[in-house]
Amino acid sequence: MTVNAFNADYLFVFILAAFLGFQLIKKVSPLLHSPLMSLTNAIAAVVIVGAITITGEEGATPLAKTLGFIAVFCATVNLVSGFMITDRMLKMFKPRGK
Amino acid sequence: MGVFVPFAAIAASALFILSLMWMSHPSTARRGVRAGEIGMVIAIIGALVQHEVVNYDLIIIAMIAGAAAGIPMALLMPMTAIPQRTAISHAFGALAVGLIGAAEYYKHAHPEYAGGFIMWVLMFEMLLGFLTCTASVVAFAKLQELMGSRPVSFPGQRIFNGAVALATVVIGATLAIDPTQTWLFPAFVALALLFGILLVIPIGGADMPTVIALLNSYAGLAASAMGFALGNKLLIVAGALDGASGFILALVMCKAMNRSFANVMFGGFGKVIAGVAGGKDDRVVRSASAEEAAMQLENASSVVIIPGYGMAVAQAQHKVSELYQALTKKGVDVKFAIHPVAGRMPGHMNVLLAEANVPYEQLVDLDDINPELPQADVAVIIGANDTVNPSARDDPNSAIAGMPIIEADRAKSVFVIKRSMNAGFAGIDNPIYYNANTQMLFGDAKDMVGSIAKELSGGGSGLH
Repeated sequence: MTVNAFNADYLFVFILAAFLGFQLIKKVSPLLHSPLMSLTNAIAAVVIVGAITITGEEGATPLAKTLGFIAVFCATVNLVSGFMITDRMLKMFKPRGK
Repeated sequence: MGVFVPFAAIAASALFILSLMWMSHPSTARRGVRAGEIGMVIAIIGALVQHEVVNYDLIIIAMIAGAAAGIPMALLMPMTAIPQRTAISHAFGALAVGLIGAAEYYKHAHPEYAGGFIMWVLMFEMLLGFLTCTASVVAFAKLQELMGSRPVSFPGQRIFNGAVALATVVIGATLAIDPTQTWLFPAFVALALLFGILLVIPIGGADMPTVIALLNSYAGLAASAMGFALGNKLLIVAGALDGASGFILALVMCKAMNRSFANVMFGGFGKVIAGVAGGKDDRVVRSASAEEAAMQLENASSVVIIPGYGMAVAQAQHKVSELYQALTKKGVDVKFAIHPVAGRMPGHMNVLLAEANVPYEQLVDLDDINPELPQADVAVIIGANDTVNPSARDDPNSAIAGMPIIEADRAKSVFVIKRSMNAGFAGIDNPIYYNANTQMLFGDAKDMVGSIAKELSGGGSGLH
């Protein structure tokens, strides 16, 4: 069964990732704040991993399947359009003389 | 295949980190998108090959439908709609998180999970997910102008909001302690959704950059919380990166307005002070024509253009780019001064000007442009108001006192393109319009900039 107790490993991972995130984002040029937002939004659509498990796992109830189905749909919309729009925006940022 | 799953998560996490690292500069940023995409594909494959996953039909259908909706959205979305798209994508992401949480809740609605860590995390995750969902929908409606961008307030608002928040938390806690009370669960979801609406309706249009950034952060934190509940480290990492990003952007926005989070969220900005601007006075406003502006710009050696939300509303970015090209051709040095909160989301002006082919080296941040403004011959303000208001610097009693501004008034001469003398979003009088070195160009930003550019490129009346 799933662990029902607090697992300090998770907090450890979270803290490290959050610190790393702060350092990385601080270095992002303010020029790119809009594409940054759509990129991180696309990355957060990795919750699709959870949605896939809910929808497809053995013994999933009809309710779980329905909720999972909508969640997979929403996450796919986000990740597909998120990455594509980010790229569309970034393509427009050209240096002088191009 | 079982061995692949943990390594997929590690590889995907590493690629997401690289993705953000490469976003630091426009020259490497597209590589960052590739890295993110590869990371995502690896993560999805990792999820699909898990032993637990046995039924693929629904997953495949949902993914195809999602791609069918997402691809046209990405290809057809005009750049001016980027703030709305960002808001609605936060709603989608947060809804996914909320629904997964709901499914997990029903799976765990047994006495053995009562009061356990998973239940508490799930409740927290759903609270964030559902409130971010409706809050983002309201932000979307405001940006898309489906509803007014002015703050909405009603008597007893704070008490009502506080009561809804308290009720949500109490029911959430009850469910965490006793998950078998499933009849309470829909009430919890409904209250969380309602709280999201209440959170954003009192916030005005000009505060949207901060709100969008905060919602970005919430969506990330919700994803991270889901990682805790599912025991999935990849979700924890991706969510933490997203949460950190939104949080930093929100801080940048608040700093650029000299306001605190609390003030943005609960301030009802714009409404309170709107009365002040009404007073009539006899100060003189000088107005000029496009020809006169063109002549002065032509004889300048350095020009700073300051765009604001008005440029986006008038869709003037392409004409502004024409103006830039025409002046550059005549040997005039043209820079753009970008205030962090100009527009409706962080980086809004940069995207619009990049779309119109302005090279990114010319887009200069607030802190870097201010020392240059006293040497600038002409400053051209296009659809910006509060971000160039000198009273933020000079008048300690101003509602925007202390907000960092672009010091356009320090330039040798100033042109302001504006429809009329109406006050800006904050409803505050802007003394820059009455300065002796300021000339007003009344008209639509797109038309006015267009006719100046036409004059400069020789298509005008031949005045010079």
